[in-house]
Amino acid sequence: MNTFLGLYNYWIVIVLMMTGFYIVIAQGNLIKKVVGLNIFQTSVIILYVSMGKVKDGAAPILTDGIEIYSNPLPHVLMLTAIVVGVATTALALALIVRIYEDYGSIEEDDIHKQDGSF
Amino acid sequence: MISDNLPALQVVLPLIAAPLCLIIHRPKLVWLFALFICLISLGISIELLSAVINTGPISYEMGDWAPPWGIEYRVDKISGFVLLIVSMIGAVVMLYAGKSIEHEIAPHKQTLFYSAYLLCLTGLLGIVITGDAFNIFVFLEISSLSTYTLVSLGKDRRALTAAFQYLIMGTLGATFILIGIGLMYMMTGTLNILDLAQRIPEVLETRTIRAAFAFLTVGICLKLALFPLHLWLPNSYAYAPSSASAFLSATATKVAIYVLLRFVFTIFGVTFAFEIMPMGTVLMLMAIPAILIGSTVAIFQQNIKRMLAYSSVAQIGYMILGISFASVTGLTSGILHLFNHALMKGGLFLALGGIAYHMGAARIEHFKGLGQIMPWTMAAIVVGGLSLIGVPLTVGFISKWYLVLAALEQGYWPIAVVVLVGSLLAVIYMWKLVEAAYFNNVEPSEVVVKEAPLQLLIPTWLLIGASIYFGINTDLTIGVAQQAAEMLMGAGQ
Repeated sequence: MNTFLGLYNYWIVIVLMMTGFYIVIAQGNLIKKVVGLNIFQTSVIILYVSMGKVKDGAAPILTDGIEIYSNPLPHVLMLTAIVVGVATTALALALIVRIYEDYGSIEEDDIHKQDGSF
Repeated sequence: MISDNLPALQVVLPLIAAPLCLIIHRPKLVWLFALFICLISLGISIELLSAVINTGPISYEMGDWAPPWGIEYRVDKISGFVLLIVSMIGAVVMLYAGKSIEHEIAPHKQTLFYSAYLLCLTGLLGIVITGDAFNIFVFLEISSLSTYTLVSLGKDRRALTAAFQYLIMGTLGATFILIGIGLMYMMTGTLNILDLAQRIPEVLETRTIRAAFAFLTVGICLKLALFPLHLWLPNSYAYAPSSASAFLSATATKVAIYVLLRFVFTIFGVTFAFEIMPMGTVLMLMAIPAILIGSTVAIFQQNIKRMLAYSSVAQIGYMILGISFASVTGLTSGILHLFNHALMKGGLFLALGGIAYHMGAARIEHFKGLGQIMPWTMAAIVVGGLSLIGVPLTVGFISKWYLVLAALEQGYWPIAVVVLVGSLLAVIYMWKLVEAAYFNNVEPSEVVVKEAPLQLLIPTWLLIGASIYFGINTDLTIGVAQQAAEMLMGAGQ
């Protein structure tokens, strides 16, 4: 029970990851797919941030009288990952705008019916 | 001074040049500028590879921060070899792009094409040269995002949906890789590849490392389009602009294979991957259907770019098959095919671009009688096709020869048969083109069709010529591939 509760942030990671993954696969709407992709990526951010936590560690800002600090590196890595995620989302949305202009729809089935793509 | 900083310049130069393209703005000038940058990149990678061959691996400390704390750029035999492949294809295709892009893309978007192309080059070179696992992810995303842009610039509206599909699958793959890297960091506290290789053995027997291994393998296989994770590839290559298809088919999947080699052999080691985990069986079970199904589906394609894309799926199968043997000969054949396939598939896609230049597309019906009208372009396609099949005196023969040798060495003769069947299927789909081009009369059409312009023919023949040259003079390629394979096999033991 203790390990179950003690690892609760990892459970959240798994639930979020699978939710996002499922949305990407199951939804036919392109915007919803992008939303799913974002949830999927966010779960990885939580995974990294969780692993940076050191038991009894303080925030990694030098202060007198504190010996143990949490590891700041995963947070820094995730700043990069967030930037990548934002760029991906922006590009995906831009593509959706263009797809809507050309096909008049953002539903996978409608687009597939028009010329067999997807 | 400059020669000390070559590893950094290899990546930084195209990175800085990409936004400069937007400032220069005039398409013709931008092209000249981008071509100049690509040629310098090629020069740098030749210099780096010869330095590595003469004096051993180069380690470069980014910003003077010593590894494993700082980011290390590391060039050894295999990364030097892949750098050379990427920058060489980059330069040749850029030479081609000037004329081809002018024809295929609206004027106000041409500058953006060159910008995205240089960014993609940056990302691919960065993945290969960096010695830092997280850095690989960052460069992977730089190259992927610019690849999606390149694909979406295609004329057909299906280019957009292809790019979107690629974006979804590519991002899933990259995120899987990110999870894998995170799990490795969790157990070892380091991101430097060499440092990881030293620390992983202590924690090898944990579920976290096994999960990391699984995530990395699936993520990378998505990126390198291993069957059945190849679904993004055919449409992306079919509808991207000609020069983008040639560049991507010759470099992007190759770099992903390099990443696979790096993670599996350098970090996890042969023993863990192939004895404790069933990596060999899994790769083999995916590579064989890739070869057979990829080649069979290629036969039925009417759009020839799509046909070549499916043939790429099959060729990736050959490379992975070589790797799955986990022997020096097998790896040599995989690395050789990486180089050889880049030459022939790059050349073939460039030749198709030459046909699409006048025809507007490259479908099978456009090939009727082309043997007379476009003798040089068709000759390039025939030579490239012979190489895909694996006829002696072409590069395709060399790598298939090693692949069959590797299979027989392990006593897997049915696999040697699979390789031969794959070649026969390649004969069928290439014959379709030859038959249409040489045994049919020209159909009267309104479009004036003539030989492709010289600016397209020269780069095409550079690659096709190289695929003959390296099929005859194999010292350099086999030498480097063999040494790289020995290094990889020795790394994990």
